[in-house]
Amino acid sequence: MTQPLFEFLCRMGDNTLVLGHRVSEWCGVAPVLEEDIALANTALDMIGQTQLWLGLAGEVEGKGRDADRLAFHRDVWDFRNLLLVEQPNGDFGQTMMRQFLFDAWHLAQLKGLMTSSNEQIAAIAEKSSKEVTYHLERSIDTVIGLGDGTEESHKRMQNALDRLWPYVGELFVSDNVDDVMAAEGIAPDPASLRVGYDEVLDQVFVAATLTKPTDDFAHKGGKSGVRHSEHLGHMLTQMQWLQRAYPDATW
Amino acid sequence: MVIEKPTLETVWGWLAQVPDPEIPVISLTDLGIIRDVQWNDDMLEVTVTPTYSGCPATRIINLDIETALRAKGVKKLSLKRQLSPAWTTDWLTDTGRQRLEEYGIAPPQGAGTPQHCPRCKSAQVEKISQFGSTPCKAQWRCTECLEPFDYFKCI
Repeated sequence: MTQPLFEFLCRMGDNTLVLGHRVSEWCGVAPVLEEDIALANTALDMIGQTQLWLGLAGEVEGKGRDADRLAFHRDVWDFRNLLLVEQPNGDFGQTMMRQFLFDAWHLAQLKGLMTSSNEQIAAIAEKSSKEVTYHLERSIDTVIGLGDGTEESHKRMQNALDRLWPYVGELFVSDNVDDVMAAEGIAPDPASLRVGYDEVLDQVFVAATLTKPTDDFAHKGGKSGVRHSEHLGHMLTQMQWLQRAYPDATW
Repeated sequence: MVIEKPTLETVWGWLAQVPDPEIPVISLTDLGIIRDVQWNDDMLEVTVTPTYSGCPATRIINLDIETALRAKGVKKLSLKRQLSPAWTTDWLTDTGRQRLEEYGIAPPQGAGTPQHCPRCKSAQVEKISQFGSTPCKAQWRCTECLEPFDYFKCI
């Protein structure tokens, strides 16, 4: 295993990079103009956060790789994002359900990181948490609005939740990297965030008239990089095409 | 040759004349993103904090600061990025708030909603979207004069 701190920072940066790219796929094709702008703004925040996380990852690694190098010159097996964020957009409801499931975890994680023993991590978390508070507010509103909306929107939101639920378990699984981060006071133990997460979900799903699946089966392998879903590689061919076609191109 | 270093007050004055690239009615100092100006020997160090981590204007802002200070004859310049404490709309100056309103952008309010329509001043306003034309703005509408307007998000 490479340095645990580098691994951890790649996980944070790859989550926001992959989800940021996914959300940006809506730019120009969202259901209404306001949602289009909202999605693009959310994607922009996440890409900005990615620059901070991957920038620090490159510094920690000390091999001269900057955030762009890490984002555009790694292949799929080197990505460390959660499987949840690489799942395809589906319809607008599925995109917003994915966003909610991620935001609720992301905000709790960032709040934990604000008291990190690593000052740079604490500073990035402080900055990001303000933006993510705003993201969560919006994804909660949308999930409730569509869940408790028309028969059609309710059905789609329940389908989205059922489809994405098997990717939630991975948010709270830990491995050696997490153990080192927790022991050094750098990051919270993933499992410790579960209770608060479930409380947020339960409240929102009651208001949204949605039923949380009871099956605890969880797909794993995204954050460890062992086994990404087939979707990530396809996404990277889009995201990285310019650097693949014209390596080291700049402007 | 001895070159006199401009005082920090003078430098702050110069920075107060650099407009925000997205909302040119307010200056960088009105926006509250210049966190510090110091001389380190003969090197002028300007510390800047980003408004939003992904705001594309950040790069332009750094370029504008550099251009402005170079034009005043500053030779050695270093721009530092500071993330913590994170930027808050509380750092907008009163002048900045007033200029935003005159420009048609409702300034941020502690309550999280605009005080009134920047055009007709009616308090009858409603939210269109939490997001707007730049990362720092949301879209609202006046239900009195029916004009949509930008609201500077409160963070």
